[in-house]
Amino acid sequence: METPDARQYEALSVESAAVVRRESAWQRVKRNWSVRIGGAVLVVLLLVALIAPFLGTVDPTLFDAASRDLLPGQAGEITTLEGETVKHSFLMGSDSFGRDIYSRVVYGTRVSLIVGVATALLALAFGIVLGLSAGYLRWLDGILMRVMDGIMAIPAILIAISLVAMWKGSLLTVVIAIAIPEIPRVTRLVRSLVLTIREEPYVEAALSLGTPTWKIMFSHILPNTVAPLVVQGTYICAAGILTEAILSFLGVGLPPDIPTWGNVMAEGRAQFNEYPHNIFFPGIFLAATVLAVNILGDGLRDTLDPKMAKRV
Amino acid sequence: MSAVLEVRDLAIALPAGSDRSHAVSRVSFTVTSGEIVCLVGESGSGKSVIAQGIMGLLPKGLPVTAGTILLEGENITHAPPERLRALRAARMSMVFQEPMTALNPVMTCGEQIEEVLREHAALGPAERRAKILAILREVSLPDPERIVAAYPHQLSGGQRQRIMIAMALVLEPALLIADEPTTALDVTTQAQILRLIADLQSRHGTGVLFITHDFGVVAEIAHRVAVLRLGELVELGTKQDVLTRPQHAYTRMLIGSVPSLRPRTRQADANAPVVLSTHGLGKTYRDRSWFGKRRDVRAADDVTLEIRRGQTLGIVGESGSGKSTVARCVVRLIDPTEGDIRLSGQDIARLGAAALRPLRRKVQIVFQDPYRSLNPRRTVEEAVIEGPLNYGVPRREALERARRLMELVRMDPAVLARYPHQFSGGQRQRICIARALAMEPELLIADEAVSALDVSVQAQVLELLEEIRERLSLAMLFITHDLRVAAQICDQVAVMSQGRVVEYGPAASVFGAPRHEYTRALFDAAPGRGFEFAAA
Repeated sequence: METPDARQYEALSVESAAVVRRESAWQRVKRNWSVRIGGAVLVVLLLVALIAPFLGTVDPTLFDAASRDLLPGQAGEITTLEGETVKHSFLMGSDSFGRDIYSRVVYGTRVSLIVGVATALLALAFGIVLGLSAGYLRWLDGILMRVMDGIMAIPAILIAISLVAMWKGSLLTVVIAIAIPEIPRVTRLVRSLVLTIREEPYVEAALSLGTPTWKIMFSHILPNTVAPLVVQGTYICAAGILTEAILSFLGVGLPPDIPTWGNVMAEGRAQFNEYPHNIFFPGIFLAATVLAVNILGDGLRDTLDPKMAKRV
Repeated sequence: MSAVLEVRDLAIALPAGSDRSHAVSRVSFTVTSGEIVCLVGESGSGKSVIAQGIMGLLPKGLPVTAGTILLEGENITHAPPERLRALRAARMSMVFQEPMTALNPVMTCGEQIEEVLREHAALGPAERRAKILAILREVSLPDPERIVAAYPHQLSGGQRQRIMIAMALVLEPALLIADEPTTALDVTTQAQILRLIADLQSRHGTGVLFITHDFGVVAEIAHRVAVLRLGELVELGTKQDVLTRPQHAYTRMLIGSVPSLRPRTRQADANAPVVLSTHGLGKTYRDRSWFGKRRDVRAADDVTLEIRRGQTLGIVGESGSGKSTVARCVVRLIDPTEGDIRLSGQDIARLGAAALRPLRRKVQIVFQDPYRSLNPRRTVEEAVIEGPLNYGVPRREALERARRLMELVRMDPAVLARYPHQFSGGQRQRICIARALAMEPELLIADEAVSALDVSVQAQVLELLEEIRERLSLAMLFITHDLRVAAQICDQVAVMSQGRVVEYGPAASVFGAPRHEYTRALFDAAPGRGFEFAAA
């Protein structure tokens, strides 16, 4: 067999001299400092949530009347479920029931991360389905988007409060209640992306290749909405964590015995003047988490959003 | 004649990690007053970077690392921003490619010219107005009083470019830099703008640095020509020398790639079977609103065409002439409102989606923009086998076909695993052609398929299309605004204007003896007609 004719690939080699080797999106994401910092903080928080029992914590629901209102760093004692009394050092002090704030804040990380990620996923899932339908099926567009406008007209917190009030306060209800007001925003985003992408020549090419509509939607249009959706997802995640804390703080979120940052802060509210640490520590964790998620989102937007990429 | 601009050993660095270390290196040339120097090169040759360097508009990542730029004897290479601001518009000014984005959409044209005057000249309001009206008259804008109060969107592309030129020349600068000023314009408008620039330049003795990729334009307007390749100046000389006796191999290759306006003479078989014919094809866009008048736009009107097996029909026309509408109707990406489209005898104009599906295979299309024609998230392989898989070809067979096609379009089959962003425009266009051919179509439509490509790449892709048409006896519908391209590839030519076919016949007779007034105007406007370029 003869080797491929050199001339045959000549065109390729002549042109490849001019090809600008562009990095893949993932390489750009990895090099971005916002992504690195935000991501690192979140990884630490995730670890904290996972290994919470091994971080010198006690069961966050335990209390001891003898250890009420301790200041950060003070030693005291706590009664276990078995009725034993053990010595315990209260790293972040204790609240007015004598519960260990450090343990409650560390365990609260679990709730916050779960709520943030779950609301983002739920809102994205519904938003994608509704947005794709509205963008691709023109007859559905008008009705669907007016409903979405209607939801957007009601303040998000108000919807969440009413939904939690209607059902019982549980993790699932809280997640659903926070996700619903976010759905219209995702729907709008997906719809506008679909409307732009469906005009792209590669979609028209797929049409002339006889690709059925559902396949065009899922294999040509949807994958190209991923980047902006990931960015939007981080913002929903941050908003979800905040809203959960607000709901707990207002007493309409998870039951007060469940350790969440909002619950810890709500508990400390009455004694804020004498014992500011009750609110300070969960507040710091909340702020750090939301900030990390938002920084990560900004970094992702800078690297993934083609409109931003052009400026580099 | 004094040198208005002198560039000596200019080097401009690219950011680390680029495909080469310098955007421009060791570039030297001069522009004397009353002279037009054309800077030609393909995309990425650094021609626009030189213009930005002279104007002091380089982005932060591209510093001048060596050399000097002298404007009327003054070294402005590292001049402070205040000095450059004072010089811009007053002593040197620039006209950009896209007049719509270069003008501020929320200011009237008069206000934008007045702003230049207010910044640089001590004139009273009445004097300013008089000067604005005078310059608008000079750039041959009709009814200057009305134009002064008009916003950019109320003007045509050509008129907007005249406003840009008026703005650039109102202070009579010594140097005018025109960066592809006619690339976004139709050919007849382009001819007018080129004439205007040449006119004003000789009247005011301005030195002009004219940046272009189009050798037709060079032949039309240049006194001297500088050829750039990958940031280096490979040839500099008078127009006559460079275009007819190019010294450097690269220049010879570029000029050899410029298609000739003389139509090729190939005997087309008049008895070959008709693959596609349209009769009275029309598309009317209807602007319906609840209140107010109904507005009809006839994008295509009474288009009757015929394409035979193994032959190429070209549709030429300016933007808005309806040529792409016809192509999109034929592929049924849009639904025609009148007439019929017969594909191998069967009318497909009004078929529903289900009935159309088996016929879609027979007509395939290659689009203009190679960067948007391929889904960035799917590999080349997925793109090429998508069509065959849709029609039930087994995966293994589709893959085998894809590999054969990659060889047919002169690409290494190993590239099938890669994503589109790793390829240049020309390579992507080859992939799009392979994707279309994977369907084994009877008719291939090329909708401005080579318009976005550099001239040398364009020549390669045209050659490829020609070879494929011959080898597979394809019928081809070739949509283009470029008369040179049409002359080289078409057997039959239809000239469209405002939705209608104004002239239709064999390429040789349409190009040789155009009958319709519009066709003649179009051919007259083709830049560089009548100029004999060096043979390849």
